Amino acid sequence: MTRVLITGNGAAAWGARLAGVDYVPAFPITPQTEIIETLAAWIDHGELDGRMVTLESEHSMVTAAGAAAATGVRVFTATSSQGLLYAMEMLYTVAGWRAPFVMVNVSRGLSAPITLEPDHNDILAARDSGFLQIHCATCQEVLDSMLIAYRLAEHERVRLPVIVNLDGFYLSFTREPVEIPDAETVAGFVGAFDAENTRFRASAPASQAVAVLGGSPYSYFRYEMHMAAQNALAVYDEVAGQFAETFGRRHDALDAYRCDDAEYLFVMMGSFATKARAAVDRLREAGWRIGLLRPRLLRPLPVAQLRQTLGGRRAVAVIDQNLATGLGGVLYSEVAGALYGHSGPLPVLASFVGGLSGRDIAAEEFYEMARVIRDAAKAGEAPPPRLLYTRDELREMHKLQAVARVEREELESKP
Amino acid sequence: MSTETGVRFHRMKDLPSTHLLGTGTPMCAGCGGLEALHEIYDILGEKTVFVNAAGCMTMLSVYPFTPFRGSWLYAAMASAPAGAQGVRDALDILLQKQRMTAEEDLQVAVLTGDGAAYGMGLSATSGAMERDLDFIYICYDNEGYGNTGQQFSAATPHAARTATSKGTRGYPGYKKDLFSIWAAHKPAYVATVIGAEPLDLARKIEKAQGMKGSRMIIALAPCPTGWDYDPKLSVDIGRLAVKTGMWPLKEYIDGKVVHTRVQHERIPVEEYLKLQGRFRHLFEPARDEPMLAEIQARVDSYWAAVGA
Repeated sequence: MTRVLITGNGAAAWGARLAGVDYVPAFPITPQTEIIETLAAWIDHGELDGRMVTLESEHSMVTAAGAAAATGVRVFTATSSQGLLYAMEMLYTVAGWRAPFVMVNVSRGLSAPITLEPDHNDILAARDSGFLQIHCATCQEVLDSMLIAYRLAEHERVRLPVIVNLDGFYLSFTREPVEIPDAETVAGFVGAFDAENTRFRASAPASQAVAVLGGSPYSYFRYEMHMAAQNALAVYDEVAGQFAETFGRRHDALDAYRCDDAEYLFVMMGSFATKARAAVDRLREAGWRIGLLRPRLLRPLPVAQLRQTLGGRRAVAVIDQNLATGLGGVLYSEVAGALYGHSGPLPVLASFVGGLSGRDIAAEEFYEMARVIRDAAKAGEAPPPRLLYTRDELREMHKLQAVARVEREELESKP
Repeated sequence: MSTETGVRFHRMKDLPSTHLLGTGTPMCAGCGGLEALHEIYDILGEKTVFVNAAGCMTMLSVYPFTPFRGSWLYAAMASAPAGAQGVRDALDILLQKQRMTAEEDLQVAVLTGDGAAYGMGLSATSGAMERDLDFIYICYDNEGYGNTGQQFSAATPHAARTATSKGTRGYPGYKKDLFSIWAAHKPAYVATVIGAEPLDLARKIEKAQGMKGSRMIIALAPCPTGWDYDPKLSVDIGRLAVKTGMWPLKEYIDGKVVHTRVQHERIPVEEYLKLQGRFRHLFEPARDEPMLAEIQARVDSYWAAVGA
């Protein structure tokens, strides 16, 4: 086992390498490209016995990934943002093939306006595609989650593709110390690829992904996918448990930080949750009984565990790094859905949206959110959803608008 | 990287007498695409996996039935060639890593209509050729989005009436020259075929099968439903497409285009057009002489340009 300083992208590439992937269909997109560049270099130098093919789009890339997995090899691919959405038709499709493989998404805000830095609207657009989703907060977690993801995808009770999500820039380009486990131990943990009956062979002709007529057979197959995804809850716990035994690192479906005696909780996904974690420490020092709950597994959603952890708290702030236009935060709806109908005292549930396209969430904003939910708990009423934006930001925005106005006026005054 | 094999098919009686494709499919009576597929599959053989794009033939394999003795994967409308890439690469990896014996290998074939081939799927097809994907690509071209009720596509011929070109002048555009677009990629093989000329088709498929790399086939697919004619006329219309010069039978190998059927005397195009309801407005209520002359002139100039 070696400890090295690598980026989140590097950690993702190491995950694929250690999992012994056979096939990597690829297409470049910022901020994911370093992953495929790293894998390409390893393949070129004979350090990874795999084959990489650059397709002409992410739509084709995911098609090739699913088709290769359906033929019987271990597949890895990666994309981001616009690429994930360009491939969206095929996400639903290959999940329906029950083709098990792992894809990394490096989160990046969606156009328009076109942008580069992260939020979770891209990955959440794939929420109902049939791919399972693991969300990471550190580079170590990226590597570890990849290994867990292969076990999960290929498990006989699951057989679904898995997305491992990491945030662009904040993880993709940030170097952190990462323990790289030795290849032999990983090989023992991940195991050889077993195609089961999902494969093409001359001696065993098969029709895969055929059409159905009508809603009844369609519902049957989609319900089967849903039940397989639900099976993944127990399988995840089992695999994560084995991972902890083998490698000494726990990666629970829900990562609970200082939650035990907490009256107040932040709920957040991804690397920005590390900011919430730091805020929890500061608030604890100031006497608050507050913690952080970070869902790592979003699909399947660990509903019972969410209820168990959130029930009985005074108030919960769900901080969404995404915006469901016209509704608010996606995670907020998911958490509210998990809590509703639960017997026993429910927390006041407050919704905050922030961190779009990598907009910072400052420590002061976490303190403010803590105050808002404390007051809400006292009042016994959830506050209206808040879009995080500071007065300083608004002033900077007004400056940009002023410049735009001057430029426009100058342009229009020219003869 | 093409290599020709010895020709097995000299006359009609050399064609396979046992047929691999099952009957009772939901294709329309007189489907020219199914006719071509029957003939192609007999030669490709059952060690073939078809990767299909959305179109009429998607309905061939409906759970739990299939007319194929071999394998099938339905991909999506735009990306069947990428599906073929994934299957071919996976098979190659399994062979290379000795996780599968050579006897288990499969010929990978894309099966797609003109809607996907001429339009939405063209980018994926171009990518597959540029990577020299070792596969056979079969486009059954019925000159419109047939499975949705024959709206015009990029394959629709000039003046044809379709569900989205019902005016007196029919479709205003011109059929895209997909053969030349493909040939510009310099793949191993490109050919046009038609089910009504089974010997020419068989020779081309056999030739394609003996090669490595991207082998691209467009089969004109007379379509009783979309072209509006009696299903019993499918073979006649197919032959007329060739005899009038409307559908040139040709192949591209090693940078050269060769016409495999050259008519010494071409039949006037109106003999082909007048059998089809989609061109009836060119004859009724009055003959549209300028349009008929334009269509004839385009065919004549094509053949003049190729020196025939």
